[in-house]
Parts: sequence; structure tokens; C-alpha cells
Amino acid sequence: MNDVTGMPQTAVVIGGGSDLALAVMRRLASRRLRALVLVGRDIARLDQAAKELSDLGVKSVATLVSDVCDAGGHEALAHDCEQLLGSVDLVVVAAGSLGSAELDALRAEDVARSIETNFAGPAAAITAFATLMRAQGYGRIVVFSSVAGVRVRAANFVYGAGKAGLDAFCQGLGDALAGSGVQVVIVRPGFVRTKMTAGLSPAPFAVDGDAVAEAVVRGLERGSPVIWVPAALRVVFAALRLLPQAVWRRLPG
Amino acid sequence: MIDSVTDDRVAASLVSGWGRASPSAARVVTVRSRRHLEELVVGAGRSATPVLARGLGRSYGDAAQCAGGMVLDCTPLGAIAIEDLDEGIVRVEGGVSLDALLREVVPRGWFVPVTPGTAHVTVGGAIAADVHGKNHHRDGAFGSYVQRIELVTPSGGVEVAPASDPELFWATLGGMGLTGAIAEADVRLHRIETSRMLVDTVRARDLDECMEKLSDSDASYRYSVAWVDCAARGSRLGRSVLSLGDHAALSDLPAADRAKALDYRPSGGIGVPFAPPVNLVQPMAIAAANELWYRKARLHRAGELQSLASFFYPLDAVRDWNRLYGPRGFTQYQFVVPFGAEETVRTVIELLQAARLTPSLAVLKRFGKADPGPMSFPSAGWTLALDIALSARDVAPVLDRLDDVVADAQGRVYLAKDGRLRPELLREMYPRLEEWLAVRARVDPTGVFVSDQWRRVGASER
Repeated sequence: MNDVTGMPQTAVVIGGGSDLALAVMRRLASRRLRALVLVGRDIARLDQAAKELSDLGVKSVATLVSDVCDAGGHEALAHDCEQLLGSVDLVVVAAGSLGSAELDALRAEDVARSIETNFAGPAAAITAFATLMRAQGYGRIVVFSSVAGVRVRAANFVYGAGKAGLDAFCQGLGDALAGSGVQVVIVRPGFVRTKMTAGLSPAPFAVDGDAVAEAVVRGLERGSPVIWVPAALRVVFAALRLLPQAVWRRLPG
Repeated sequence: MIDSVTDDRVAASLVSGWGRASPSAARVVTVRSRRHLEELVVGAGRSATPVLARGLGRSYGDAAQCAGGMVLDCTPLGAIAIEDLDEGIVRVEGGVSLDALLREVVPRGWFVPVTPGTAHVTVGGAIAADVHGKNHHRDGAFGSYVQRIELVTPSGGVEVAPASDPELFWATLGGMGLTGAIAEADVRLHRIETSRMLVDTVRARDLDECMEKLSDSDASYRYSVAWVDCAARGSRLGRSVLSLGDHAALSDLPAADRAKALDYRPSGGIGVPFAPPVNLVQPMAIAAANELWYRKARLHRAGELQSLASFFYPLDAVRDWNRLYGPRGFTQYQFVVPFGAEETVRTVIELLQAARLTPSLAVLKRFGKADPGPMSFPSAGWTLALDIALSARDVAPVLDRLDDVVADAQGRVYLAKDGRLRPELLREMYPRLEEWLAVRARVDPTGVFVSDQWRRVGASER
């Protein structure tokens, strides 16, 4: 169960190799987390994360190999997680990939695959867990969106479009779930120094993964439906959204 | 916060505790009669549907929630039988509130033997939490006055009395509703001559003086409690206002009032119509209110006549006051530590101050001898109850730290207030847990009766 301070005892991570999700789990491990299922594609990476979290005191850590793009498998996956955990207090959806938006190299199938990884797959997984949690009568779904989806830029518009779709899906789902005991939490980080962004030059307001984790845990405590990291980005993007297209297009970075 | 409906096959609705902090959805079924209650519970047992009886929802955390299951709204079970009132015995259904009971019995010269700080609890809830009042130091907890319970378990209704089945009886007192639903109970009342209280108000400069004066008052006052100003620091730490009293005798009343000596006027005039978008119970306001409260109390005020409502239920004057804490809600941290562990009380206040968490309300009192119930909260020692807003930063780790301090002192927290205790501490704080589990396994082997609290703090440890 989630306690009155918002801390879960059981969790599932979709995108179990994600730096951000694991940083969140490390923090939850020091609070109430006792059982966890890590779901991802790279078994070596999942096993390594599982060992680390066991060492941090999470009593039971299971790993399941599954591709977030396998939309048909999500209901069975949710069921398996329920069997392993008893009940699912929290799902963190962190699957996604940055990809490229270089027009010269952009292939139609890459775009389809990116939308699959960043939007369609995660949305299907979220749906499966939302259904499970509605039956439970409670639960929280934390979804990693991105400021890249708040106003999509030419530099990463394929990724940004996927996140924009996912973000919009979660806003609507969250409202639809009002009164069900299930809450959707949207996390909108700016530039985060992780393995996904390795080699890129950091944008303004860059943070590291632990700052994101801290903000997510604090957001769970506060019951916030949307978490910006850093918090200043809420204001920054309120302004950036209003920029004329011609100016937005010319912004550096 | 509860949206209830009358049909058995109802859609789920949100249920939360008085602290409004972690709601969950369940099918809330309004119980129409004791027979209906039995049908529902037995039916839940057959279909393996998690079920829990609920009264007026005054437990602060998640003790009266049953996510994904069936929550039985027992408040319509309101029959009060006064045939045996001459002997001080009243037979009440589980959904009867203390408020309803008092309206019935006070004019006839009786008062409830034990009452918590609100009259808006049901008798079923009072039994499930084995509630205590300001008279625990001499009169014990609610359970001492319950003579018989009609309990509804998954296998049907069963009569339980301390002599017939002491294990089940005492497992039910403080059992948080997990041994079955309380359909009816016989409760022994306390004789009163008037509906007024004779109250002495005493100020204490610091915690030592407060504890000394409370200890000294044990023998001379039936009721005693101290409101502690947790905003006061340093040499003034623990400064407080003690409220000491007993029921006024007819001769204590001015001649003009004696004709209406047993008039009972419950409080509850104004209300908070909706929850504000932010917590209005903020540290500065708390400090100011505490300052005012302390200064308002003269050094010593003796023999003041107060109504039952203003002495026992000052907060009932504002309906839905819990909404003032805004959308994030609040919790109450209440613990008891044995006599001799006075320093733990001080440490708890200091730890909260160091973390800049100012409790909006802090109440200190002395407990006498414990009930035989293995899960009953009160046991001889000091109990401190602290209302704490959950919107403040880092509340959770600080409360975890308090748990450690309390457990180290052989103390425990009160499950009726809890929404966040670490599961591994339950056994430490309630060392007779196994004994209680054995009784529960006998009457509800498959664990049909379950609460969010039990799933969080009990079931997860096994």
C-alpha cells in the first residue's frame, strides 16, 4: 500500500534499465519499498540493477524481459507483476529512446519505431496497469515525459512528438481516473545527464539523475500531478510556449 | 470523505481517513440492518471479497479503508435500547455514535464511561480502536466497560463476552475491525448528576512542571489532559495548559440552573464547507494560536463550570475542520511510552522542532493500567498526540525517526491514528501480535476482513 506520506511498498519499472527510474528506486528503497519488478529488454542491465537494489534493502527484486513495443503483451505483463508483488502500489514508466531527427538520415521506419518506443508502447503499458490499479482501488503511475514534448523542437522533433503524445495521453487518462483511487503523475525533466544524453552538450537548466529522483519522490509526497525538473522549468516553458514560431525556430541548442 | 450508495452492487467510490491523505476506492455498501450486515459479511466470505466495517471515519489514516473490496457503512445501525438503563447498561448497535448516545442518556443522568476527543465516533469504532479518554489514568479504556459484543464473522454472528470467549473478546477490543464487524454491544455507563463539568485550568511553565502537575492530579481528578505549546522552545519547551475536571454535582450548580441540570447541548454550529486549495494550518498561525491559548489561560482558574461539549469536544464545534489542512491532508502522531521514559516525550518534541515541523495540536496525558487486549493501544505511561500537516517538507523521515525513538523506549504508536508506520516495527511495538493473529486465524482463517492499514503494516511483514 501507499502510505499517507505517499510512499509505496511495491513497484514496477517499465524501462527497468533507465538511469532515472533506478535513481527513483534507490530513494524509495530507503523509505518503504520492499518488493520490485524491473521490466526491460537488456537482461544484463536489469540483473545489475536488481542486485544493486537488493543490496539497498529491497527484499524482493524480480526481473522480466519484455519489450515496451510489444503492445499485445502488456496485460499479461501486468498480471505477472501482480502475481509477483501481490498488489502494485507504483508503476514507473521510463521506457524511451532519443533517436535522431537528422532529416538527411531520417527513415520512415525509424520514425515509426521511435513513436512506438516513446508513445504507443508506453501508452499501452500504462493502460494495462491503469486497468489493474482500478480493480485494486488504488495505485500511482509515474510517467517520464519530457520538456521536449512541451514544445517540440526541430533538433529532436521525433522524440519530442512521441513524448508530446504520451504526455497528452497521461493528462487525459489522469482526469479519466479521477475518483478511482488511481493517480497518474507526469514527470517533465529538462536536460538530464544520463546515458541517454551522453555525448550531447547540456542545455540550460541541466540536472543529474539524482535531482530528478529527488523531485519525483518529493512529488509523490506532495501528491503533485505534474513534476517539472528543475521546478523553474514550469515558468520557463510557460514563457517559451508563447514565443512566435519564427523566434522559437531560431533558438540555439 | 465518503460517497455512499444503497445498492449492494455499487460502483466503487473513494474512501479516506480523517486525515484525508491516502484515499482508496472500494464499493461502499450501506448496511440497512443487522441481518443485512450478516448477509453481506457471510457473502463476502463465500466470494472471498475483502470486506471492512466502517463507522464515522474518524480514524486518521487508512484503518477504515479497504481498497478494491467492500466497505460496509454501518452508521445506519443506530438502535439504542435503554431498558436496563437503571443499572447503567445500554444496548446499542454498532453504528450508534457517541453523540447520538449522549443525546439519549445524558438527560437521564448517564454519561459514556470513556470518550475520545470527538463525539462523532461510533460504538463499533470505539470498540475496534479500544478508545481512551482523559480519564484513562483512573478508569481505563473503553473495553473495560463493554460487557457483550455481537460480532459478525465470515461464518456468521457470534455473541462474545469477556467470560465466554476472553481471547476473541479482547482481540476485538483494539483489533481495528479485523476480527469481524461489530453489530451490537452492551456498554456500562457512568452516573452523572449534571451535564456540567467542574474544571480547574492550570498553566505549566515547561514540560517538567506539566508532567509533575499531571502526575499530582491523578488521584484528585477523574479527567486530566495538557495542551502543550510545541512552538515554545528552550527553557519554555513543553509549556502547557492543563485542563483538570470531574462531573459537577447538583450542589455545584447555581440554584437557578438546577432545574435544567441534565440538559445536553452538543456543539457543532459552524463548518468548513470545502477543502481550500492549500493547507491553511501554517507554522506561523500555529505559533500565534498557541501563544494566545497559553496567555489566555490564567495561572490558575479553579471550579469553573463547563458544558460536556466544551470540556470533551471543543473541536466538534467546527464541522469538517480536517479540511483546513488542504488537499495534502494531515496525520496525527500519537504514541505512548512507559513511565520512566519522560525524556522520550521531550526528545520527540525536540526532533520535530529541529525539523521545523510544528504540530498544530499537541495533547499530553497519562495512561493507567492497560486493558487485557493484545492490540489495545493504551498502556501505563505518557501519551502524546501531535497533529502534523503532510504538506510540509520531509515529514516522513522525521516521523520514521520518532518511531525509532518511541520503539527504543518500549513505546508504541496508536493504530487508529496511523497511516505510515513501518511494518517491521509493528511486532516490536505490539509484542503480543502473534497471540492476536492466532485469534484472527480462528474466526477469519482466510482473512476476509482486511483494511488498507493491515495490508500496509501487518500483512506485508508476514
